[in-house]
Amino acid sequence: MSAIANPIEKRNERYGKYVDSVTPKTGTLKSLWHSFWIGGLTCCIAQGIGDIYALIFPNFSEDLIVNITSMTIITLAILFTGLGFYDIIARKGGAGCFLPITGFANAISSAAMEYKSEGLILGTSVKMFTVVGPVVVNGIVWSTIAGLLNLLILGRI
Amino acid sequence: MTILNTITTYLTVFAVGGLMCALAQLLIIKTKLTPARILVIFLLTGVLLEGIGVYKYINDFAQAGISVPIIGFGASLARGSIEMARQIGFIGAFAGGLVRTAFGVGVAVVASYAVTLIFSPRSK
Repeated sequence: MSAIANPIEKRNERYGKYVDSVTPKTGTLKSLWHSFWIGGLTCCIAQGIGDIYALIFPNFSEDLIVNITSMTIITLAILFTGLGFYDIIARKGGAGCFLPITGFANAISSAAMEYKSEGLILGTSVKMFTVVGPVVVNGIVWSTIAGLLNLLILGRI
Repeated sequence: MTILNTITTYLTVFAVGGLMCALAQLLIIKTKLTPARILVIFLLTGVLLEGIGVYKYINDFAQAGISVPIIGFGASLARGSIEMARQIGFIGAFAGGLVRTAFGVGVAVVASYAVTLIFSPRSK
């Protein structure tokens, strides 16, 4: 029995080594560094845009500044997706590209563009939320629970 | 003095935002979780932080470093829901989060639709 199993095991072992040697080494540290500086830079750009808006419109409330800032970077990210730049950055940035709100925008627009060939209604409109659906659904459910709990616990005091 | 403050702010924003993304990247490498799950985990962290009232102190310190990653989106949803629930009663909890985040989601959907009409997907 072991005589039959042995060659197979050896072959699997050799195959495993071969796969390891062929797979490109991305390096944990290197990918961490790339996602760190790309993510950090995205946040800095957003902060900069917000500061510029605060200078141009000094009488806007803080909430409104935050809103138009996120609208601006979302629009920029979607434009970059359409032009094909975002994929190039995302290949390098990993989590640095999908964790910020720009990644959320990129996920919506790339899904929308990918299914364009199936039609605007059944392709684009149906598949737009395939990637970010879990985020939107969980966000709505758990924020509603947070609101209800807050009212129940703190509302009576 | 103001210049020094600005530099400190931007360095904090860079460091905190970068650390969040590096943490997500570490989760991808070490645990093989899919990006969608990691997004949901970070989103729920944001909802939790806002729910227990810690988020606004982190936001004062890190500003865009915490509000631009998806944690900020979760916190924004929870904040809207809590505020509207306080104003108009329990039915507000269902609408508040959506109302507060509708600016971003709305522009994302409209701009995605427009971009789809203008550009064609390129082969990868």
